Amino acid sequence: MSVPLTLLGLLEREPSHGYDLKRDYDAFFGRGKPLPFGQVYSTLSRLARDGKVVISDVAPGSGPDRKRYIITDLGATEVEQWLTQPVDPEPHLQTVLFAKVVLALMLDRPADEYLDTQRSAHLRRMRELTEIKRGGSLVDALLADHGLYHLEADLRWIEMTGARLDALRKAVRP
Amino acid sequence: MSVVIEARDAEFAFGRTPALRGASIAVDAGEILAIMGPSGSGKSTLLHCLAGILVPDSGEILFDGVRVDTMSEPERSSLRRDRFGFVFQFGQLVPELTAAENVALPLLLSGVRRTQALRRAYAWFERLGLDGMEQRRSGELSGGQAQRVALARGLVAEPQVLFADEPTGALDSLTGEQVMDLLVSAAREQGTTVILVTHEARIAAYADREVMVRDGRVNAPDRIAS
Ligand SMILES: Nc1ncnc2c1ncn2[C@@H]1O[C@H](COP(=O)(O)OP(=O)(O)OP(=O)(O)O)[C@@H](O)[C@H]1O
Ligand SMILES: [Mg+2]
Repeated sequence: MSVPLTLLGLLEREPSHGYDLKRDYDAFFGRGKPLPFGQVYSTLSRLARDGKVVISDVAPGSGPDRKRYIITDLGATEVEQWLTQPVDPEPHLQTVLFAKVVLALMLDRPADEYLDTQRSAHLRRMRELTEIKRGGSLVDALLADHGLYHLEADLRWIEMTGARLDALRKAVRP
Repeated sequence: MSVVIEARDAEFAFGRTPALRGASIAVDAGEILAIMGPSGSGKSTLLHCLAGILVPDSGEILFDGVRVDTMSEPERSSLRRDRFGFVFQFGQLVPELTAAENVALPLLLSGVRRTQALRRAYAWFERLGLDGMEQRRSGELSGGQAQRVALARGLVAEPQVLFADEPTGALDSLTGEQVMDLLVSAAREQGTTVILVTHEARIAAYADREVMVRDGRVNAPDRIAS
Protein backbone atom coordinates (compact mmCIF):
# COMPACT_ATOMS: atom_id res chain seq x y z
CA MET A 1 0.00 0.00 0.00
CA SER A 2 1.46 3.33 -0.99
CA VAL A 3 1.19 5.81 1.88
CA PRO A 4 2.45 8.84 -0.11
CA LEU A 5 0.02 8.29 -2.97
CA THR A 6 -2.87 7.63 -0.61
CA LEU A 7 -2.17 10.84 1.32
CA LEU A 8 -1.88 12.74 -1.97
CA GLY A 9 -5.21 11.28 -3.03
CA LEU A 10 -6.83 12.37 0.22
CA LEU A 11 -5.39 15.84 -0.30
CA GLU A 12 -6.97 16.05 -3.70
CA ARG A 13 -10.38 16.28 -2.02
CA GLU A 14 -9.40 19.49 -0.24
CA PRO A 15 -6.42 21.07 1.47
CA SER A 16 -6.03 19.44 4.88
CA HIS A 17 -4.08 19.41 8.10
CA GLY A 18 -1.85 16.51 8.93
CA TYR A 19 -4.16 15.26 11.65
CA ASP A 20 -7.17 15.26 9.27
CA LEU A 21 -5.18 13.17 6.84
CA LYS A 22 -4.14 10.76 9.54
CA ARG A 23 -7.71 10.43 10.78
CA ASP A 24 -9.07 9.66 7.30
CA TYR A 25 -6.19 7.38 6.45
CA ASP A 26 -6.76 5.37 9.62
CA ALA A 27 -10.52 5.26 9.05
CA PHE A 28 -10.40 4.07 5.45
CA PHE A 29 -7.02 2.49 4.84
CA GLY A 30 -5.45 1.75 8.23
CA ARG A 31 -7.01 -1.69 8.62
CA GLY A 32 -6.54 -1.46 12.38
CA LYS A 33 -2.93 -0.34 11.94
CA PRO A 34 -2.91 3.43 12.48
CA LEU A 35 -0.37 5.52 10.64
CA PRO A 36 2.10 7.05 13.15
CA PHE A 37 2.04 10.85 13.22
CA GLY A 38 5.75 10.87 12.59
CA GLN A 39 5.24 9.00 9.31
CA VAL A 40 2.43 11.34 8.28
CA TYR A 41 4.64 14.40 8.70
CA SER A 42 7.77 12.89 7.22
CA THR A 43 5.77 11.74 4.20
CA LEU A 44 4.20 15.18 3.82
CA SER A 45 7.53 16.96 4.01
CA ARG A 46 8.97 14.63 1.38
CA LEU A 47 5.97 15.37 -0.83
CA ALA A 48 6.57 19.09 -0.24
CA ARG A 49 10.27 18.75 -1.07
CA ASP A 50 9.32 17.00 -4.33
CA GLY A 51 6.86 19.75 -5.23
CA LYS A 52 3.78 17.56 -4.98
CA VAL A 53 2.24 19.56 -2.13
CA VAL A 54 2.74 23.07 -0.84
CA ILE A 55 2.39 24.11 2.76
CA SER A 56 0.37 27.11 3.86
CA ASP A 57 0.45 28.46 7.40
CA VAL A 58 -3.12 29.23 8.20
CA ALA A 59 -2.97 29.75 11.93
CA PRO A 60 -0.51 31.82 13.87
CA GLY A 61 2.00 30.00 16.00
CA SER A 62 4.20 27.09 15.18
CA GLY A 63 4.08 23.32 15.19
CA PRO A 64 3.07 20.89 12.48
CA ASP A 65 -0.67 21.07 13.22
CA ARG A 66 -0.79 24.70 12.16
CA LYS A 67 0.11 23.75 8.64
CA ARG A 68 -2.30 23.03 5.86
CA TYR A 69 -1.18 20.98 2.90
CA ILE A 70 -2.35 21.76 -0.62
CA ILE A 71 -1.81 19.43 -3.56
CA THR A 72 0.02 20.87 -6.58
CA ASP A 73 -0.58 20.11 -10.26
CA LEU A 74 2.38 17.77 -10.15
CA GLY A 75 0.87 15.93 -7.20
CA ALA A 76 -2.55 15.76 -8.86
CA THR A 77 -1.01 14.37 -12.03
CA GLU A 78 0.68 11.67 -10.02
CA VAL A 79 -2.60 10.68 -8.35
CA GLU A 80 -4.30 10.64 -11.74
CA GLN A 81 -1.62 8.36 -13.18
CA TRP A 82 -1.69 6.05 -10.23
CA LEU A 83 -5.47 5.67 -10.40
CA THR A 84 -5.62 5.19 -14.15
CA GLN A 85 -2.80 2.69 -14.57
CA PRO A 86 -3.62 -0.88 -13.67
CA VAL A 87 -1.51 -2.38 -10.93
CA ASP A 88 0.92 -5.07 -12.03
CA PRO A 89 -1.16 -8.21 -11.75
CA GLU A 90 0.69 -10.02 -9.02
CA PRO A 91 -0.98 -11.83 -6.14
CA HIS A 92 -1.79 -10.06 -2.87
CA LEU A 93 -2.65 -6.63 -4.17
CA GLN A 94 -6.04 -6.40 -2.58
CA THR A 95 -5.01 -3.48 -0.37
CA VAL A 96 -3.72 -1.39 -3.28
CA LEU A 97 -6.79 -2.11 -5.36
CA PHE A 98 -8.96 -1.29 -2.39
CA ALA A 99 -7.20 2.03 -1.81
CA LYS A 100 -7.56 2.97 -5.46
CA VAL A 101 -11.26 2.17 -5.58
CA VAL A 102 -12.06 4.07 -2.38
CA LEU A 103 -10.05 7.10 -3.45
CA ALA A 104 -11.58 7.06 -6.91
CA LEU A 105 -15.04 7.17 -5.34
CA MET A 106 -14.02 9.91 -2.91
CA LEU A 107 -12.71 11.97 -5.81
CA ASP A 108 -15.72 11.23 -8.01
CA ARG A 109 -13.59 9.47 -10.59
CA PRO A 110 -14.82 6.57 -12.76
CA ALA A 111 -14.03 3.71 -10.36
CA ASP A 112 -15.82 1.23 -12.64
CA GLU A 113 -13.45 2.07 -15.50
CA TYR A 114 -10.44 1.53 -13.26
CA LEU A 115 -11.84 -1.82 -12.26
CA ASP A 116 -12.40 -2.74 -15.92
CA THR A 117 -8.84 -1.76 -16.79
CA GLN A 118 -7.56 -3.78 -13.87
CA ARG A 119 -9.70 -6.75 -14.88
CA SER A 120 -8.21 -6.83 -18.36
CA ALA A 121 -4.68 -6.50 -16.98
CA HIS A 122 -5.39 -9.43 -14.67
CA LEU A 123 -6.86 -11.52 -17.47
CA ARG A 124 -3.91 -10.74 -19.69
CA ARG A 125 -1.55 -12.02 -16.98
CA MET A 126 -3.77 -15.07 -16.51
CA ARG A 127 -3.50 -15.82 -20.23
CA GLU A 128 0.30 -15.64 -19.99
CA LEU A 129 0.32 -17.99 -17.01
CA THR A 130 -2.07 -20.37 -18.78
CA GLU A 131 0.25 -20.39 -21.78
CA ILE A 132 3.18 -21.26 -19.49
CA LYS A 133 1.10 -23.95 -17.85
CA ARG A 134 0.10 -25.53 -21.15
CA GLY A 135 3.60 -25.53 -22.58
CA GLY A 136 5.66 -26.29 -19.51
CA SER A 137 6.57 -29.02 -17.08
CA LEU A 138 4.45 -30.10 -14.14
CA VAL A 139 6.47 -27.81 -11.87
CA ASP A 140 5.84 -24.86 -14.18
CA ALA A 141 2.18 -25.78 -14.24
CA LEU A 142 1.91 -25.91 -10.47
CA LEU A 143 3.65 -22.56 -10.05
CA ALA A 144 1.48 -21.02 -12.74
CA ASP A 145 -1.60 -22.44 -11.05
CA HIS A 146 -0.62 -20.83 -7.78
CA GLY A 147 -0.51 -17.46 -9.48
CA LEU A 148 -3.71 -18.15 -11.40
CA TYR A 149 -5.75 -18.98 -8.31
CA HIS A 150 -4.58 -15.84 -6.54
CA LEU A 151 -5.31 -13.66 -9.54
CA GLU A 152 -8.70 -15.31 -9.78
CA ALA A 153 -9.38 -14.36 -6.16
CA ASP A 154 -8.50 -10.74 -6.98
CA LEU A 155 -10.80 -10.88 -9.97
CA ARG A 156 -13.69 -12.14 -7.88
CA TRP A 157 -13.08 -9.31 -5.51
CA ILE A 158 -13.08 -6.90 -8.48
CA GLU A 159 -16.44 -8.35 -9.61
CA MET A 160 -17.99 -8.05 -6.17
CA THR A 161 -16.68 -4.54 -5.69
CA GLY A 162 -17.89 -3.52 -9.13
CA ALA A 163 -21.36 -4.74 -8.23
CA ARG A 164 -21.33 -2.74 -4.98
CA LEU A 165 -19.81 0.54 -6.14
CA ASP A 166 -22.99 2.52 -5.52
CA ALA A 167 -23.22 1.39 -1.91
CA LEU A 168 -19.49 1.92 -1.38
CA ARG A 169 -19.71 5.44 -2.83
CA LYS A 170 -22.33 6.30 -0.20
CA ALA A 171 -20.14 4.85 2.54
CA VAL A 172 -17.03 6.86 1.66
CA ARG A 173 -18.68 10.15 0.64
CA PRO A 174 -20.86 11.18 3.52
CA MET B 1 -6.83 -11.22 -39.64
CA SER B 2 -10.22 -11.36 -41.27
CA VAL B 3 -13.50 -11.18 -39.46
CA VAL B 4 -15.46 -14.41 -39.73
CA ILE B 5 -18.48 -13.65 -37.60
CA GLU B 6 -19.97 -10.42 -36.42
CA ALA B 7 -22.93 -8.88 -34.60
CA ARG B 8 -23.79 -5.26 -35.31
CA ASP B 9 -25.98 -3.46 -32.84
CA ALA B 10 -28.02 -6.58 -32.13
CA GLU B 11 -31.12 -6.18 -30.01
CA PHE B 12 -33.20 -9.05 -28.73
CA ALA B 13 -36.03 -9.32 -26.23
CA PHE B 14 -37.74 -12.37 -24.75
CA GLY B 15 -41.27 -10.98 -24.80
CA ARG B 16 -40.87 -7.82 -22.75
CA THR B 17 -37.51 -8.79 -21.21
CA PRO B 18 -34.69 -7.16 -23.14
CA ALA B 19 -31.69 -9.48 -23.32
CA LEU B 20 -29.51 -7.68 -25.91
CA ARG B 21 -29.54 -3.89 -26.18
CA GLY B 22 -27.28 -3.09 -29.08
CA ALA B 23 -24.57 -5.72 -28.82
CA SER B 24 -21.69 -5.46 -31.31
CA ILE B 25 -18.78 -7.81 -31.66
CA ALA B 26 -16.45 -9.03 -34.41
CA VAL B 27 -14.51 -12.27 -34.19
CA ASP B 28 -11.48 -13.03 -36.34
CA ALA B 29 -11.02 -16.29 -38.18
CA GLY B 30 -9.10 -18.73 -36.01
CA GLU B 31 -9.58 -16.61 -32.90
CA ILE B 32 -10.57 -18.09 -29.55
CA LEU B 33 -12.80 -15.54 -27.87
CA ALA B 34 -14.19 -15.68 -24.34
CA ILE B 35 -17.48 -13.94 -23.62
CA MET B 36 -17.70 -13.10 -19.93
CA GLY B 37 -20.16 -11.20 -17.78
CA PRO B 38 -22.59 -11.49 -14.92
CA SER B 39 -25.48 -13.94 -14.89
CA GLY B 40 -28.39 -12.68 -16.93
CA SER B 41 -26.29 -10.13 -18.83
CA GLY B 42 -27.11 -11.71 -22.21
CA LYS B 43 -24.10 -13.94 -22.95
CA SER B 44 -26.11 -16.98 -24.05
CA THR B 45 -28.52 -14.84 -26.02
CA LEU B 46 -25.60 -13.22 -27.86
CA LEU B 47 -24.12 -16.64 -28.59
CA HIS B 48 -27.45 -17.91 -29.91
CA CYS B 49 -27.86 -14.87 -32.15
CA LEU B 50 -24.31 -15.26 -33.53
CA ALA B 51 -25.00 -18.95 -34.17
CA GLY B 52 -28.23 -18.28 -36.03
CA ILE B 53 -30.31 -20.06 -33.41
CA LEU B 54 -32.08 -16.85 -32.46
CA VAL B 55 -32.78 -13.97 -34.84
CA PRO B 56 -32.25 -10.49 -33.35
CA ASP B 57 -35.19 -8.08 -33.35
CA SER B 58 -32.93 -5.47 -34.93
CA GLY B 59 -29.30 -5.18 -35.93
CA GLU B 60 -27.31 -7.54 -38.12
CA ILE B 61 -25.49 -10.84 -37.83
CA LEU B 62 -22.87 -11.59 -40.47
CA PHE B 63 -21.03 -14.81 -41.17
CA ASP B 64 -18.27 -14.58 -43.78
CA GLY B 65 -19.76 -11.24 -44.77
CA VAL B 66 -23.22 -12.72 -45.41
CA ARG B 67 -26.28 -11.61 -43.46
CA VAL B 68 -27.51 -14.45 -41.26
CA ASP B 69 -30.40 -12.59 -39.65
CA THR B 70 -32.21 -12.21 -42.98
CA MET B 71 -31.87 -15.90 -43.93
CA SER B 72 -34.85 -18.24 -43.86
CA GLU B 73 -35.00 -20.82 -41.08
CA PRO B 74 -33.98 -23.68 -43.44
CA GLU B 75 -30.99 -21.63 -44.63
CA ARG B 76 -29.89 -20.91 -41.07
CA SER B 77 -30.41 -24.51 -40.15
CA SER B 78 -28.10 -25.73 -42.91
CA LEU B 79 -25.56 -23.06 -41.99
CA ARG B 80 -25.54 -24.37 -38.43
CA ARG B 81 -25.23 -27.95 -39.62
CA ASP B 82 -22.51 -27.37 -42.21
CA ARG B 83 -20.36 -24.63 -40.70
CA PHE B 84 -20.93 -24.54 -36.96
CA GLY B 85 -20.27 -26.86 -34.05
CA PHE B 86 -21.79 -26.64 -30.57
CA VAL B 87 -20.90 -27.63 -27.02
CA PHE B 88 -23.14 -26.80 -24.09
CA GLN B 89 -22.82 -26.95 -20.33
CA PHE B 90 -24.43 -30.35 -20.07
CA GLY B 91 -23.11 -32.41 -22.97
CA GLN B 92 -26.62 -33.17 -24.16
CA LEU B 93 -25.61 -36.49 -25.61
CA VAL B 94 -28.39 -38.63 -27.02
CA PRO B 95 -28.84 -41.29 -24.32
CA GLU B 96 -30.01 -44.01 -26.70
CA LEU B 97 -26.86 -43.78 -28.84
CA THR B 98 -23.35 -45.00 -28.04
CA ALA B 99 -20.63 -42.45 -27.44
CA ALA B 100 -19.22 -43.11 -30.92
CA GLU B 101 -22.62 -42.65 -32.56
CA ASN B 102 -23.07 -39.42 -30.65
CA VAL B 103 -19.78 -38.11 -32.00
CA ALA B 104 -20.67 -39.24 -35.52
CA LEU B 105 -24.08 -37.56 -35.38
CA PRO B 106 -23.21 -34.25 -37.09
CA LEU B 107 -21.58 -36.19 -39.93
CA LEU B 108 -24.56 -38.53 -40.30
CA LEU B 109 -26.90 -35.52 -40.36
CA SER B 110 -24.95 -33.91 -43.16
CA GLY B 111 -25.12 -37.09 -45.24
CA VAL B 112 -21.75 -38.78 -44.61
CA ARG B 113 -22.06 -42.59 -44.94
CA ARG B 114 -22.34 -44.42 -41.63
CA THR B 115 -19.11 -46.43 -41.79
CA GLN B 116 -17.10 -43.39 -42.73
CA ALA B 117 -18.80 -41.20 -40.11
CA LEU B 118 -18.04 -43.76 -37.40
CA ARG B 119 -14.45 -44.11 -38.55
CA ARG B 120 -13.95 -40.35 -38.22
CA ALA B 121 -15.72 -40.40 -34.87
CA TYR B 122 -13.46 -43.17 -33.52
CA ALA B 123 -10.35 -41.15 -34.30
CA TRP B 124 -11.44 -38.62 -31.68
CA PHE B 125 -11.56 -41.10 -28.82
CA GLU B 126 -7.83 -41.64 -28.60
CA ARG B 127 -7.14 -38.00 -29.16
CA LEU B 128 -9.30 -37.00 -26.22
CA GLY B 129 -8.09 -39.77 -23.92
CA LEU B 130 -11.31 -41.72 -24.26
CA ASP B 131 -10.04 -45.02 -25.69
CA GLY B 132 -12.35 -47.86 -24.83
CA MET B 133 -15.36 -45.62 -24.22
CA GLU B 134 -16.66 -45.82 -27.80
CA GLN B 135 -19.52 -48.22 -27.07
CA ARG B 136 -20.68 -46.69 -23.80
CA ARG B 137 -23.95 -44.82 -23.50
CA SER B 138 -24.01 -41.37 -21.92
CA GLY B 139 -25.31 -42.79 -18.62
CA GLU B 140 -22.11 -44.83 -18.34
CA LEU B 141 -19.75 -41.87 -18.67
CA SER B 142 -18.49 -39.48 -15.98
CA GLY B 143 -19.27 -35.80 -16.40
CA GLY B 144 -15.79 -35.07 -17.71
CA GLN B 145 -15.88 -37.99 -20.16
CA ALA B 146 -19.34 -37.01 -21.40
CA GLN B 147 -18.13 -33.45 -21.92
CA ARG B 148 -15.14 -34.65 -23.94
CA VAL B 149 -17.50 -36.75 -26.08
CA ALA B 150 -19.62 -33.63 -26.57
CA LEU B 151 -16.48 -31.73 -27.56
CA ALA B 152 -15.59 -34.40 -30.12
CA ARG B 153 -19.12 -34.14 -31.50
CA GLY B 154 -18.77 -30.37 -31.73
CA LEU B 155 -15.52 -30.61 -33.67
CA VAL B 156 -15.88 -33.81 -35.74
CA ALA B 157 -17.29 -32.08 -38.81
CA GLU B 158 -14.41 -29.56 -38.71
CA PRO B 159 -16.72 -26.58 -38.30
CA GLN B 160 -15.55 -23.07 -39.11
CA VAL B 161 -16.90 -21.84 -35.78
CA LEU B 162 -17.35 -23.74 -32.53
CA PHE B 163 -19.90 -22.22 -30.13
CA ALA B 164 -19.38 -23.29 -26.55
CA ASP B 165 -21.70 -22.13 -23.75
CA GLU B 166 -20.17 -22.85 -20.32
CA PRO B 167 -18.64 -26.08 -21.66
CA THR B 168 -16.87 -26.67 -18.35
CA GLY B 169 -19.60 -25.27 -16.12
CA ALA B 170 -20.63 -28.64 -14.73
CA LEU B 171 -17.09 -29.95 -14.15
CA ASP B 172 -14.65 -29.61 -11.26
CA SER B 173 -11.72 -27.26 -11.92
CA LEU B 174 -9.12 -29.84 -12.88
CA THR B 175 -11.47 -31.72 -15.24
CA GLY B 176 -12.75 -28.43 -16.60
CA GLU B 177 -9.25 -27.29 -17.44
CA GLN B 178 -8.42 -30.61 -19.10
CA VAL B 179 -11.47 -30.19 -21.34
CA MET B 180 -10.45 -26.60 -22.14
CA ASP B 181 -6.91 -27.68 -22.90
CA LEU B 182 -8.21 -30.27 -25.38
CA LEU B 183 -10.68 -27.82 -26.85
CA VAL B 184 -8.00 -25.20 -27.49
CA SER B 185 -5.49 -27.68 -28.93
CA ALA B 186 -8.05 -29.24 -31.27
CA ALA B 187 -9.43 -25.89 -32.38
CA ARG B 188 -5.94 -24.53 -33.11
CA GLU B 189 -5.04 -27.66 -35.04
CA GLN B 190 -7.97 -27.39 -37.39
CA GLY B 191 -8.10 -23.58 -37.40
CA THR B 192 -11.55 -23.49 -35.87
CA THR B 193 -12.78 -20.17 -34.50
CA VAL B 194 -14.11 -20.62 -30.97
CA ILE B 195 -16.68 -18.47 -29.22
CA LEU B 196 -16.73 -19.50 -25.60
CA VAL B 197 -19.15 -18.27 -22.95
CA THR B 198 -17.79 -18.57 -19.44
CA HIS B 199 -17.96 -16.67 -16.19
CA GLU B 200 -14.77 -18.30 -14.92
CA ALA B 201 -11.60 -16.30 -15.39
CA ARG B 202 -9.38 -19.37 -15.35
CA ILE B 203 -11.37 -20.81 -18.25
CA ALA B 204 -11.41 -17.48 -20.12
CA ALA B 205 -7.61 -17.42 -19.76
CA TYR B 206 -7.41 -20.19 -22.38
CA ALA B 207 -8.82 -17.77 -24.95
CA ASP B 208 -6.92 -15.21 -27.02
CA ARG B 209 -9.13 -12.35 -25.89
CA GLU B 210 -12.09 -11.68 -23.67
CA VAL B 211 -15.08 -9.37 -23.90
CA MET B 212 -17.49 -8.46 -21.12
CA VAL B 213 -21.23 -8.45 -21.64
CA ARG B 214 -23.14 -6.12 -19.32
CA ASP B 215 -26.83 -5.34 -19.58
CA GLY B 216 -27.02 -6.71 -23.10
CA ARG B 217 -24.05 -4.75 -24.43
CA VAL B 218 -20.48 -5.77 -25.17
CA ASN B 219 -17.56 -3.95 -23.54
CA ALA B 220 -14.30 -4.80 -25.19
CA PRO B 221 -11.27 -3.80 -23.15
CA ASP B 222 -10.01 -1.09 -25.47
CA ARG B 223 -7.99 1.06 -23.16
CA ILE B 224 -5.38 -1.45 -22.18
CA ALA B 225 -2.49 0.25 -20.43
CA SER B 226 0.55 -1.82 -19.68
N1 LIG C 1 -36.18 -18.35 -22.69
C1 LIG C 1 -36.24 -17.19 -22.05
N2 LIG C 1 -37.42 -16.62 -21.75
C2 LIG C 1 -37.50 -15.43 -21.14
N3 LIG C 1 -36.43 -14.72 -20.73
C3 LIG C 1 -35.22 -15.23 -20.98
C4 LIG C 1 -35.07 -16.50 -21.64
N4 LIG C 1 -33.75 -16.75 -21.75
C5 LIG C 1 -33.11 -15.70 -21.18
N5 LIG C 1 -34.00 -14.80 -20.71
C6 LIG C 1 -33.66 -13.50 -20.08
O1 LIG C 1 -32.79 -12.79 -20.93
C7 LIG C 1 -31.76 -12.16 -20.20
C8 LIG C 1 -30.41 -12.64 -20.72
O2 LIG C 1 -30.32 -14.05 -20.51
P1 LIG C 1 -29.08 -14.92 -20.95
O3 LIG C 1 -29.50 -16.34 -20.80
O4 LIG C 1 -28.59 -14.48 -22.28
O5 LIG C 1 -28.02 -14.53 -19.82
P2 LIG C 1 -26.57 -15.15 -19.53
O6 LIG C 1 -25.62 -14.00 -19.53
O7 LIG C 1 -26.30 -16.28 -20.42
O8 LIG C 1 -26.76 -15.65 -18.01
P3 LIG C 1 -26.13 -16.95 -17.28
O9 LIG C 1 -24.71 -16.60 -16.93
O10 LIG C 1 -26.96 -17.05 -16.03
O11 LIG C 1 -26.26 -18.12 -18.19
C9 LIG C 1 -32.01 -12.48 -18.74
O12 LIG C 1 -32.72 -11.40 -18.18
C10 LIG C 1 -32.88 -13.71 -18.80
O13 LIG C 1 -33.74 -13.75 -17.68
MG1 LIG D 1 -26.07 -18.38 -20.16
